[in-house]
Amino acid sequence: MPEHTFKLNGKPVTVDTEDNVRLLWVIRDLLGVTGPKYGCGINVCKACTCHINGKAFNPCSVQVSDVGPDDEITTIEGLADTVESDLHPMQEAWLDHDVVQCGYCQPGQIMAAVATVRKARDEGRELSDADIEGIRNVCRCGTYFRIREAIKDGATRM
Amino acid sequence: MPAHRADPAEPDAVSPDTSFSKEPTSRRRFLGYLLAAPTLVAAAELGGGTGFGAPAANAAETGAGVPPSPQLADSYDLTDALVHAARPTANLITITLDENGHAHFELHRTEVGQGINTTVAMLIAEEMDLPLDHVHVTLADARPELMTNQLTGGSSSVSSIYYPVRTAAAIAKGKLLEAASLVLGEQANFLSSKLGVITSRAGRSVSYGDLATKAASDSTKQVEANLKAESDFAIVGKPTRRIDALDAVTGRKQFTTDLDVPGAKPTMVCRPPTINGTPQSVTNAEQVRRMPGITDVVTISSGVAVRGETYGQCIDAVNALDVKWSPGPVDGESDATVEQKLKDATPPAVIPPTPATKTLERQFTFAFVNGSALGVNAAIADVKPDSAEIWSTLKIPIAAQQNIAQALGMATNQVTVHVVSGGGSFGRALFHDAALEAAEISQKIGKPVRLMWHRADDCRQGRVHPMSVGTIRASFNGDVVSFEQHLASVRTDFSHGLGDAVSSTVARELPGVSYTVSEAIFALTTPSLYNFGITKTLLTETHQSPENNRPRGGFNTGSTRNVYSPDVVTTRELFVDELAEKMGMDPYDFRRKYVKNESLLKVLDKAAEVGGYGKSTPDGVGHGIALHHEYKQTMACFVELDCRPETVNRKVRDGVTGPRVTRGVLVTIPGHIVINPLGLEAMMQGGFIDGFAQALTASVHLNNGRIAEASWDNFFYCRQWNLPFEFTPVVLPAEESEIPAGAGEMGVAPSFAATACAYRAATGKTPTHFPINHNDPLPFEPYPHEPPLPPSPTNGLDYAY
Repeated sequence: MPEHTFKLNGKPVTVDTEDNVRLLWVIRDLLGVTGPKYGCGINVCKACTCHINGKAFNPCSVQVSDVGPDDEITTIEGLADTVESDLHPMQEAWLDHDVVQCGYCQPGQIMAAVATVRKARDEGRELSDADIEGIRNVCRCGTYFRIREAIKDGATRM
Repeated sequence: MPAHRADPAEPDAVSPDTSFSKEPTSRRRFLGYLLAAPTLVAAAELGGGTGFGAPAANAAETGAGVPPSPQLADSYDLTDALVHAARPTANLITITLDENGHAHFELHRTEVGQGINTTVAMLIAEEMDLPLDHVHVTLADARPELMTNQLTGGSSSVSSIYYPVRTAAAIAKGKLLEAASLVLGEQANFLSSKLGVITSRAGRSVSYGDLATKAASDSTKQVEANLKAESDFAIVGKPTRRIDALDAVTGRKQFTTDLDVPGAKPTMVCRPPTINGTPQSVTNAEQVRRMPGITDVVTISSGVAVRGETYGQCIDAVNALDVKWSPGPVDGESDATVEQKLKDATPPAVIPPTPATKTLERQFTFAFVNGSALGVNAAIADVKPDSAEIWSTLKIPIAAQQNIAQALGMATNQVTVHVVSGGGSFGRALFHDAALEAAEISQKIGKPVRLMWHRADDCRQGRVHPMSVGTIRASFNGDVVSFEQHLASVRTDFSHGLGDAVSSTVARELPGVSYTVSEAIFALTTPSLYNFGITKTLLTETHQSPENNRPRGGFNTGSTRNVYSPDVVTTRELFVDELAEKMGMDPYDFRRKYVKNESLLKVLDKAAEVGGYGKSTPDGVGHGIALHHEYKQTMACFVELDCRPETVNRKVRDGVTGPRVTRGVLVTIPGHIVINPLGLEAMMQGGFIDGFAQALTASVHLNNGRIAEASWDNFFYCRQWNLPFEFTPVVLPAEESEIPAGAGEMGVAPSFAATACAYRAATGKTPTHFPINHNDPLPFEPYPHEPPLPPSPTNGLDYAY
């Protein structure tokens, strides 16, 4: 089987598996990192949202052969390390606003929130309600109100 | 030894003139146990060794009109039945104190996002005077001796465990004070306890950790608990963040498919194109077994299972299987045929019209709704020749254990069932579909399996809220003189055991009342709210043949969040609006005139005030207001809905927009003390969202036994772009009951109903079908039903942002 190497949460990892296995299953089933959740497998629920080189993406829809040794994949488990802290400011905002209900979508929500704030900044503007409405992550418990508050608060701390 | 004893001469009954904000329970005796153990272990009987002698009191009657004929739920409701179902067992819940002074409690309820772990930890911390982070709540395995009492449903958890958990905790603290008295050389009643430390008047102190073995009992004995007065509560009643939030936001919180059970490899099932079809033959099983990563292929009762190294490879294998399917039990059914059957099952009016009265009659159809959570059905099973071990999110784990044991040909005690926190439930986890299936697969292949349903499986073969038709009639002249409401519903599957707990309890508690399971749930959740004279409510279920009642014998239904109430309440409240118009009144003024008690009037006025009901709105924007009473909550909901073209026609990729709720208010008078206001607010938010989503966009379409929807890009649950700009939960001072109210489902029905009423106000049109977009052309191209799973895309990086 082909070998695939990429960086996961700051460390190089190598797996032996078929080229077309989607990265989500490589991360979860082969590497045992379970923060990114499965909710649809077709890039619509966004529960598996992670970062690739700092941008939000959904590993359920990327083949492992499409990432290489220089690609830096960050899951929720590695988010705090990107700011060299115990918690990322967005995670702190999530706790302060008591966003979580069942918690299943929340790793993906937080990863999406961080990328959304960064994207607005990179475009030289502040986070808008339209940016937040563009976040597609499903929350079946209905934590959307608190997600909105937490993103706005988290953005001020980032 | 508890420092104080209740006066046995005091009567148990609640005085009817007692203010409900006081503590009517203070005179009751709470008995529990100290158990023989190396460290302190205190226990209580479920039900707390106490009875609820007095019926729930009703708020003062009010209003014009003819008082309604009494409905069962006016005086005895679902919460009462579930609390009473938790009483008869003689088995114990226990709190164990370890040598670090931390308390441990195995909860006999299931955390699925409702926050019950946090609520229980607060109760224990409160009664024991412990810091919250010194209380550790885990979920108990299936405990068959608990019978009807290991059941998470009907929003009854807090109501049924409030006293038992406090009793055990209070006994533990009483024993700690007693042990500290020996250590510190002062009488127990001169000691004070705070944050896990007991201090004497002289200022000497000892920690709970140091007392854990000293306070241990060398024999098991019954003792009396000295519960804190609610007025002394310092933790209960304070907004408190969830105890599992840190794990959730760091990715450490584990759900079923995250658990590391050795050898339990990813497993999925190739499922039929139509509901509950069955596999006839597989032509290429061996070929598929040789696909990369695949270890096993086996035919089971519900389809063909594959096991492999990754779920991705399982998806490919499932789609590569060439299976010949036998038809399912409802292949001839579509939305239209089911709707017709429901209408045919609707009986004629029971109350005859009279020449002196006018009659209004309306009918509304409620589509099937997907009941699945974001965490798909999943279970781990490790079945060996003489034992089995199961892990899954199970709200009735005892039923799972019994049915799995039976299916495996084992005795119940050979099957261990571990309960795992759920990624949502909304009724789905009352059933154990995945656990039973995983056990079957594991037994057949002789290996552990980690079964996960694909989202498409969850949508198409998972449990749905049944389709229903609500019919409603009123006769009126100056007032409404009769009011009759009927719900015809596809059978709701209560075979999981909740139903039996309820109907057997009703039979026991209310002699002479005889109901089927469905009728009992319906009657217990359908109170009268208005002075509409002779009042009748009735449920009829279709698809009830013996064949339908077999497992996988008909539609896969379940008691989805709030069960019958979303449809019943929407029918009633929308009809009330129309009735008001016919009688020449504004819907709000009409409700003010006819609500039957002061509590309803209070929530109604508050919702109108906070929402700004009646203030002028642009054309195409309307206000709706609706009332409901359930789970010991008296509720009113206000909704402002924007139906203007620029809002309705917003475009979102792979989503629907439509009318948008711009503001919402949900007001409640809870039955009794609110344990965690922050948790209640979260449940009000979630229930509110669920309600308006069902009114506007969320349903599934049935066509010849096939469900069209397969994922979140065609089952249109609320997304950020559907969210109201403002939502205000309002909790008024508690009234009515001596047990805390349930919260997990409360918001759904009033929100659904208020949204429907707002739609009518905004557009001048009264919808006849829900959700209102259900009969529009499908806004998506359905994924194929064969092969069953939409393949994962490969272009994910194109959408990186």
